[in-house]
Amino acid sequence: MTEKPKLNLNRVPIPKQAPEARRENFSEVALGYAEEQALEEASRCIDCKKPGCKDGCPVYVDIPGFIKAIQNGDMPEAVRILKSKNSLPGICGRVCPQETQCELTCNLAKKDAPIAIGRLERYVADWEIAHPEAIRRGEEGVNCNGRRVAVVGSGPAGLTCAADLARLGYEAVIFEALHVAGGVLMYGIPEFRLPKTIVQGEVDYVKSLGVEIRLNHVIGKIATVDELLENGFDAVFLAPGAGAPMFLDIPGENLSGIYSANEFLTRTNLMKAYLFPQYDTPIQVGKRVAVFGAGNVAMDASRCALRLGAEEVYIVYRRSRTEMPARLEERENAEEEGVIFKLLTNPSRFLGDQRSIVRAVQLHEMELGEPDASGRRRPIRKPDSEFMMEIDTAIPALGTRPNPIIPSTTKGLELTKWGTVLTDEATGRTSKERVWCGGDMATGAATVISAMGAARRAAISIDIYLKGGN
Amino acid sequence: MYKIVKKEVLVPNTVYLKAEAPEIARKAEPGQFVILRVDEVGERFPLSLAGWDKKAGTLEVLFLIMGRSTMKLSALGEGDCIRDIVGPLGRPTEIESYGDTLCVCSTFGVGPMIPLIKALKKKGNKVTSVMEAKDEAFLFWEDRLKSVSDETHVVLGDGSRGEYRRASEFLTKHLKSGNKVDRVFAFGRVFMMMECSQATKPFGVKTIVGLTPIMVDGTGMCGCCRVSVGGETKFTCVDGPEFDGHSVDWGLLVKRKRAYLREEALAFDLWQLDKLRRIAELSELPGRVSVV
Ligand SMILES: Cc1cc2nc3c(=O)[nH]c(=O)nc-3n(C[C@H](O)[C@H](O)[C@H](O)COP(=O)(O)OP(=O)(O)OC[C@H]3O[C@@H](n4cnc5c(N)ncnc54)[C@H](O)[C@@H]3O)c2cc1C
Ligand SMILES: Cc1cc2nc3c(=O)[nH]c(=O)nc-3n(C[C@H](O)[C@H](O)[C@H](O)COP(=O)(O)OP(=O)(O)OC[C@H]3O[C@@H](n4cnc5c(N)ncnc54)[C@H](O)[C@@H]3O)c2cc1C
Ligand code: SF4
Ligand code: SF4
Ligand code: FES
Repeated sequence: MTEKPKLNLNRVPIPKQAPEARRENFSEVALGYAEEQALEEASRCIDCKKPGCKDGCPVYVDIPGFIKAIQNGDMPEAVRILKSKNSLPGICGRVCPQETQCELTCNLAKKDAPIAIGRLERYVADWEIAHPEAIRRGEEGVNCNGRRVAVVGSGPAGLTCAADLARLGYEAVIFEALHVAGGVLMYGIPEFRLPKTIVQGEVDYVKSLGVEIRLNHVIGKIATVDELLENGFDAVFLAPGAGAPMFLDIPGENLSGIYSANEFLTRTNLMKAYLFPQYDTPIQVGKRVAVFGAGNVAMDASRCALRLGAEEVYIVYRRSRTEMPARLEERENAEEEGVIFKLLTNPSRFLGDQRSIVRAVQLHEMELGEPDASGRRRPIRKPDSEFMMEIDTAIPALGTRPNPIIPSTTKGLELTKWGTVLTDEATGRTSKERVWCGGDMATGAATVISAMGAARRAAISIDIYLKGGN
Repeated sequence: MYKIVKKEVLVPNTVYLKAEAPEIARKAEPGQFVILRVDEVGERFPLSLAGWDKKAGTLEVLFLIMGRSTMKLSALGEGDCIRDIVGPLGRPTEIESYGDTLCVCSTFGVGPMIPLIKALKKKGNKVTSVMEAKDEAFLFWEDRLKSVSDETHVVLGDGSRGEYRRASEFLTKHLKSGNKVDRVFAFGRVFMMMECSQATKPFGVKTIVGLTPIMVDGTGMCGCCRVSVGGETKFTCVDGPEFDGHSVDWGLLVKRKRAYLREEALAFDLWQLDKLRRIAELSELPGRVSVV
C-alpha cells in the first residue's frame, strides 16, 4: 500500500427517537443505521494490519472482515462472517458494552473515534432479518451423532451452547424454567432497548438448527441434574444465570411499593404489565420513584419507570459518576430522558404509611475514600448528613446472585464462596463428571457476550469429551 | 399446554380441577405448589397441589374464585387446556413421626391437606383433622377428610355444628382440656392460620402454616413473595411455602397481599365486562329481539 487513506474521525451518529417522545412509549430508542449511514461508518475502518478490535471481542468476531463485506456491499458475506463467530449478532450489536470491549481496543479509539462496531453489527443482523431469502437458514448435511446433551437455561449462554452442539451433530435439549425462552434478554432487558421480536427471531433460529426447547421446566424440581444424566443425556451444560435478587438489607424494605429490579422488570417486560389491563399482571408506579444502584439493571428499571408514568425518577448511587457500571450509551439515554442522578448518596431506611406502602426513604451523603478490593474508591458515610426524600416506589437494583435451586439439588457440584459454580474458565468443566457450566452462573452477573463466549468454549469441550478425546 | 381431564364445582366459589402434567406428577410431594398461566395474556399465579397420580400422569388443584385469574381458570372446562403449569415448586412438607398431629384447614386448604394427612398417616402419626367453613353451603370434602383421618371435626362459622365458630376456638379448648398434640398444620385462609398460630403459641405446640403471598416467578428470582419470619426476610417460593406460624409477621403478609387491590378490582371488572359484551353479541343474532 503506497497511498495512506485519509483518516475520517467523525463517527456516524445513530438516529434515535427524541427523548420527549420515547419516554412515552416502549418502542426501540435507537433506530439503527440506514444503508448510507452504515456504508459511511464502515468506510471509516482502515483495515488495520494489527486490528486491535478483535482482541476486545470475547468471541473473536472477524470485525475487519465483516466491515469489509459491508464496504463491498456484500451483505450475505457480512452475515456469514459475523454468524460464524456470533450466533446472536442482533442482540450483541444492541447490548454489548462496546466501549469497554471491541470499541475500546479499536485502533481508532486512541483518536477518540473508534469504529461503531456494535451499530454495524446490528445493521448486518437487521439486514438479515429484512432479507430472509438471502441466506439459507439452518445447516444442512449435519449428521446426528446420536448423543444427547441437556442444556439448563435458555439465556444467551444456553442458546449459544445448544446451537453450537446442534451444528456439531448433537441432539441438544434446552430446559427453561419460565414460559418463554431467552433468559434476561426476555425478562430483564426492556423492549425499548432490545425488541422481543429480535430475541424471538434468534430463538427461532436456534430451534431451526434442531434444538428442542422445553419450557416450564425448573431443573432441580421437575428433574435433577443427576436424573438428566441417568435418563439418556450424555452431558449437561448448566446456564441458569444468576437471577436471585439482592436487597439493601435496611429497615422497611418489605413495605409494599418496594420492588427488586428483577420483579419490576419481569412484571414489565416478561408479563407486559405496561399493557395492563389488556395483560393481567399489574404494576404500580407512583409519581416519585427511587432506583438504587447504577448498573445496566438500574438504568433499565429507571427508564421503565418513566415510561410507566412516573413524574420524577431518581438513580441513587453511593459512588460518583466515574464508578457507574452501566453502559455509557444507556447512562446518556437515561439522562436525556430525564432520569435524575443522585450520586454519593445511600439509603438507610424506608418509611411507610399505615397501609404499609412506602412513602419516604432516609438518605445520607457519602464521600469517596481509599480504593477497595475492586479498585474503586470506597464510599464512606458523611457524618450528620441524613435527609428524607418522599417517594412512592423504590427499586433496589443491586445486582443478583446465583439461584440455589440447582446447587442444592446436585450432588458433587462444587461452588465458590460467592455461590457460583466452580468452573474451569477455558473449558467450562465443573467438579462434577459430565457437567459443564457457563454464563452468569459461573462468573456472577456479567455480560451477554461473555456468557456466549463461555458457552462456545464449553460446547467445544463437551464435543472433545464425548468423542473420547478428553 | 396442559389438558383438563376433570372439573367439578364443589361449592359456589370453589372449583376442583384435574389436569394432565405427567412430569410434574412424577415428582410431586405434599406441601408443594404449581404456578399456572391460563392464557397468553394471563398472569402467573400459584395453587397448591391437592393430589396427583403418578401413574396416570395427572395432578389436582382446588381453588377459590378470587379475581380475574381464578375466574378465567374456572371458565375452562374438561378437554380445555391450561397454557402453562410449572412445578412442583417449593419445599415439600417435613414429614416425620411426630405422634399426635392436628391438621386444620379451611376453603382451598382442604386440598393440600388431603395428601399431607395421607403422608402423615404413612409415618405412623395419629391425625385429627379440623375443617372450618362459613356454613353448611360452603362445606365440601368432609367425607374425604374423614376417610383419611383418625378423627374429624367440622367447625362452622354460623355455629350450626357444635359450640365453636372458628377452628382456633376448637384448638384452644382442645389444648386446654389436656389433649396431647405434638404438631399442628394449618392450610387455608390467612386469618384462620394466624388465629390458629395464636391459639397454639401459649401451649408451645409447633404450628406449621402454608403462606400465600403474591408471587410472580415462583423460583426465587423476583422477591415479590418475601415474608418476614422470626425477623428474617424469606422468599416463600423457595424457602417455604411452609413456615413456623409462631414466627410469621402476619400483619406484613396481609398488607403485602393487599398491595394490588385497586388493580385487581379493575382487571376483574373489565374481564366481566368483556364477557357480558360477548354474551350481548351472541344474543344479537338476526331475528332475535335484543333485550336491553
Ligand atoms: C436488566 C438487565 C440488563 C442487562 N443489560 C446488559 C447489557 O446491556 N449488556 C450486556 O452485555 N449484559 C447485560 N446484562 C447482563 C446479561 O443479560 C447477562 O450477563 C446474561 O444474560 C447472562 O446470560 P446467561 O445465559 O448466563 O443467563 P440468563 O440470561 O440469566 O438466563 C438464564 C436462564 O435460565 C433459566 N433458569 C434458571 N434456573 C433454572 C433452572 N433451575 N432450570 C431451568 N432453567 C433455569 C432462567 O429462567 C433464564 O431464562 C443485563 C442484565 C440485566 C438483568
Ligand atoms: C404457595 C401458594 C399456594 C396457593 N394455593 C392456593 C390454592 O390451592 N387454592 C387457591 O384457591 N388459592 C391458592 N393460593 C392463592 C392464589 O394464588 C390466589 O388466590 C390467586 O392468585 C388469586 O388470583 P386472582 O387473579 O383470581 O385474584 P386477584 O383479584 O388477582 O387477587 C385476589 C387476592 O389474591 C392474592 N393474589 C393475587 N395475585 C396473586 C399471585 N400472583 N400470587 C399469589 N397470590 C395472589 C392477593 O392477595 C389478592 O388480594 C396460593 C398462593 C400461594 C402463594
Ligand atoms: S460481539 Fe460484542 S464485543 Fe464482539 S464485536 Fe460484536 S459488539 Fe463487539
Ligand atoms: S481496529 Fe478499528 S479501524 Fe482497525 S480494523 Fe478494527 S475496527 Fe477497523
Ligand atoms: S415468587 Fe418470585 S421470588 Fe418467590
